[in-house]
Amino acid sequence: MSWTSVLLLCGAAYALKLAGAVGAARASGSGDDESADTRLDALVVPVIAGLIAVQTAGGDRAIVVDARLPALIVAALLIWRRAPLLVVVLAAGGIAAGLRAAGYG
Amino acid sequence: MDRLARDSLSIGVATGVYAISFGVLSVAAGFSVAQTCVMSLVAFTGASQFTFVSVMGAGGGAVAALPPAVLLAARNGIYALSLGGVLRAGRWRRAVDAHLVIDESTAMAHAQDDPAARRRGFLLTALAIFACWNLGTLAGALAGGVLGDPGALGLDAIFPAVFLALLVPQLRTRAVVRCALAGAAIALVLLPLTPAGVPVMASALAAVPLLRTARSPRR
Repeated sequence: MSWTSVLLLCGAAYALKLAGAVGAARASGSGDDESADTRLDALVVPVIAGLIAVQTAGGDRAIVVDARLPALIVAALLIWRRAPLLVVVLAAGGIAAGLRAAGYG
Repeated sequence: MDRLARDSLSIGVATGVYAISFGVLSVAAGFSVAQTCVMSLVAFTGASQFTFVSVMGAGGGAVAALPPAVLLAARNGIYALSLGGVLRAGRWRRAVDAHLVIDESTAMAHAQDDPAARRRGFLLTALAIFACWNLGTLAGALAGGVLGDPGALGLDAIFPAVFLALLVPQLRTRAVVRCALAGAAIALVLLPLTPAGVPVMASALAAVPLLRTARSPRR
């Protein structure tokens, strides 16, 4: 495989991060600094929510319901019960692995 | 080790196991060990790297592989935009910090209450993942198919659970909860309709009502 394609990927990936970082600096530099930061904060909530949706139900251009969904539901219950992150992680992974070993999803 | 360090380390380890399968996949797709490691060190954005080597390995060529990979990497720009108070000021420091902007470090930062904890959460998670992601990549690239399918280990189900755990502390007002639900809905609607990467990025549109109001979701 060519190095050119690898370096293009690397360059593009970093350029996107840097563009956002510079944009954030500009936003907070332009007058009402702190409020610009906290307002741009709001971008993250829906993007992370969208990421959760896609990671749970995403297939190849399709919505797929499989072992990931029950794993997320159990994780949600544990999060609600304020379980430590490690417990949430182990439960979600364990349930998905278990369901798949049993032939579901 | 406090909670933040422990949480960051657990996310790092899970990511590291995923990185092993990235290394395996990349070498199987025809990339050298050096190319594989450079991708993880420099591109450092998981979903995008997986897509890139899969399409290249399937014979798609750079013209087919770069657009979806870049699309998946584009959300890091949105994340960086949201991290104005977390990334250090100063040209070079900001340039270094920008490299550490990924899904997990962003979510960890925003899950914290005060600025110092946000900075620390961002840094600890980013560094734990950077170390594990690159070690895992190298191990996978060298060792080949030692590890089974990450799906069989339930690893793919871990990440949505982690992000949910990091999202919940941010859902402080009804407006923010609505914004999160709208974001998830946008992503699900677009999932069958658009190329990978677009659904998650388009979720940002759900933030428009919050961005327009003067009141921040954090107060």
